[in-house]
Amino acid sequence: MSDIIRRDPRREHILRNRLHPDHGVVLALVGGALSDAARWIGPSGLVRRNPHAVGFIGPNGLRRIDRSGAPTSGLRSAAKSEAASDSRREVVISEPAFYIAVVADLPGGRLSAHDRDLLGLARQLADAERDGAVLLLAFGELRDEGLGDSGVDRVLEFKGGHYDGYGPEARLATLFVVERDLRPRHWIFPESTLGGGELGRRLAARLGVRPATQVWQIADGRCTGRGAAGATDITRALPSVVLALPECGEPVTDTRHAATPLAVTAAVALPLRRVEDLGAVAVDPAGVALAEAEFILSAGNGITDWDGFHHAAKVLGAAEGASRVAVDNGFMPRHRQVGATGTWVTARVYLAAGISGAIQHLQGIQSCEKVVAINTDPGCDMVKRADLAVIGNAGEVLGELVKLIGKTQGERRDVAA
Amino acid sequence: MLLREGSKGAASSGALKVAALVSLGRHPVTGRGRRAEQDARAVELGLSLTSSEHISLIHAGTAADETVQAMRGYLGMGLDALDLIVQPPDADVLPALATRVMETRPGLVLCGSRGESGEASGMLPYLLAERLGWTLVSGVAKVEAVEGDSMTVLQALPRGQRRRLKVRLPAIATVDSAAPPPRQSAFGPARRAKVRHFELSGQIDAEAADWTVSPARKRPKRLKIVKASSARDRFKVAAAKAEGGGGQVVKGVSAQAGAEAILKLLREEGVVR
Ligand SMILES: Cc1cc2nc3c(=O)[nH]c(=O)nc-3n(C[C@H](O)[C@H](O)[C@H](O)COP(=O)(O)OP(=O)(O)OC[C@H]3O[C@@H](n4cnc5c(N)ncnc54)[C@H](O)[C@@H]3O)c2cc1C
Repeated sequence: MSDIIRRDPRREHILRNRLHPDHGVVLALVGGALSDAARWIGPSGLVRRNPHAVGFIGPNGLRRIDRSGAPTSGLRSAAKSEAASDSRREVVISEPAFYIAVVADLPGGRLSAHDRDLLGLARQLADAERDGAVLLLAFGELRDEGLGDSGVDRVLEFKGGHYDGYGPEARLATLFVVERDLRPRHWIFPESTLGGGELGRRLAARLGVRPATQVWQIADGRCTGRGAAGATDITRALPSVVLALPECGEPVTDTRHAATPLAVTAAVALPLRRVEDLGAVAVDPAGVALAEAEFILSAGNGITDWDGFHHAAKVLGAAEGASRVAVDNGFMPRHRQVGATGTWVTARVYLAAGISGAIQHLQGIQSCEKVVAINTDPGCDMVKRADLAVIGNAGEVLGELVKLIGKTQGERRDVAA
Repeated sequence: MLLREGSKGAASSGALKVAALVSLGRHPVTGRGRRAEQDARAVELGLSLTSSEHISLIHAGTAADETVQAMRGYLGMGLDALDLIVQPPDADVLPALATRVMETRPGLVLCGSRGESGEASGMLPYLLAERLGWTLVSGVAKVEAVEGDSMTVLQALPRGQRRRLKVRLPAIATVDSAAPPPRQSAFGPARRAKVRHFELSGQIDAEAADWTVSPARKRPKRLKIVKASSARDRFKVAAAKAEGGGGQVVKGVSAQAGAEAILKLLREEGVVR
């Protein structure tokens, strides 16, 4: 559909003439877009307005009215926003002059925020000269679809047996082959405990270069990094191996890149395995600090069956949290309180059972990725914040959840037996 | 702690010899020399592995009063002696440490993940492992068992998770801050313990002379940049509620259906298996 507005003189005539036999029909056609809570066609054909229903309530409680006249929904705006997002410049580098290699952590096969910052930094280094390409090295399954949007020109993916789990020696051997094959001008690693920091140091030791660590800024061929446990800033010429902190660069937003898959020609000679991964260890979630826990089940004033709650947390393998009311009433210890005066949690999944979502509580869960609420009140703030809200009695829903998990575990045991 | 092969009786020859590389720490507020936090954890881990006579403490650095005082902080944890390899200030301590480690021939070398003074790049264990050709394992939280020429350790991961690894000895292990905290340093034993001085010629770290070192600046806070082409878009971003909206609401269903919806999300996120 084109955006050109075509006038239909006949229809306009009928619209003006209320005595025309087709007036009602044409009016309904046009009025379809008009009728909402704020504007509708009255019985006499006049447009009626409700001034109280105009606009929406902003975050600070003031009414906001958008008078730009742009349609808030519908085909036209969708087409427009698509055109807007396509306005990013397409960058294709067919013959890379040099590479900037980024070895991303890729937790769960997707770029983390830290990885994106590194890619932004790599972009900055690659764009300093003509035809520089950003090369992403990924170990293990790669699930991210937006690699090109994050500034990746080439992707080298290594997956399969010896790249699964913890295998720094095999990865190091692979990086060494890439170094010989493509000779990246710089290697950028995330300074993280997920593996990037270790791999970067191993590569630097193997290549015999002195890396810049804890780097947070790169400008004019010099880099600045923290030294002495964060007490000093060390500025030096940019070496070929860089271990960079989060927010070292701005993620790429203006350009789109090809993210073409690449393959190394040389075979990787896998070294003797001297460190063997025996797998993850089940840790007691109660022993993990609340601020660090990955999955939290939190209880509020809506919980009455506390034994059931503790049992559910145990079955789910979740760390226990609580709202202030639950703590003040003596059902939970003080160090379990989540919120402004408690702990600021960083859980990936936060399951709030019977918590209304007072602002002091919501502040504490700002950095949680997924929030699930169980509440009897569909209008409460926690339900508004939640990615998934179940309206119901918290005790009952948790009980059902425990039963469901018990059932599937039982089935699995039967299959295994 | 399990010691399967080489029971206590034969310990004198068969027990695992441990070397702990310790450095000069800095108190973050007062800036005074002290035992370094992570290195002290490494010593603590060593003490949990074998008795103190099988542990050698090694430090390479200047023989200044401050250093010796800080080293006594480690000795007060129940060790009798420390080897201080005297090096000129600003020397690259790697050759000295490698030589000393080769002389003592331990089965396991423990060190902190990162120093508290100087460059503190955390490269030393990696360079040492590369030079000696030993196994390196990083971020150790606990040593579970030592059996013959291998050991089982728990490696600390983010969010309090742990991974079990089997490591071939001889090995160099860096100790994570998730390892058990170090014991108090006792003043009397620290005074009585010996600090043995060794002289080894050192190489001055020439590269570091070109660096600019300044007190750490505060990092700029990242701003939320709104990329909007029109005033209307900017207005919408400013007026929209910061959070909320877009969430799925399951309403008017049985508790079981609600639980199923939750379980599906938990499975997708991988927190429940
Ligand atoms: C200075 C200050 C600091 C504070 N700091 C914090 C803080 O750090 N952390 C914190 O949490 N609070 C804090 N508060 C308190 C906060 O304002 C709220 O009072 C508190 O968070 C409310 O807790 P709640 O949601 O558990 O209780 P309520 O507000 O009573 O909410 C209970 C919720 O449970 C629901 N419910 C009831 N029965 C059921 C049922 N059977 N099944 C399912 N749902 C049910 C209700 O619909 C309601 O939404 C602070 C307050 C002040 C003044």
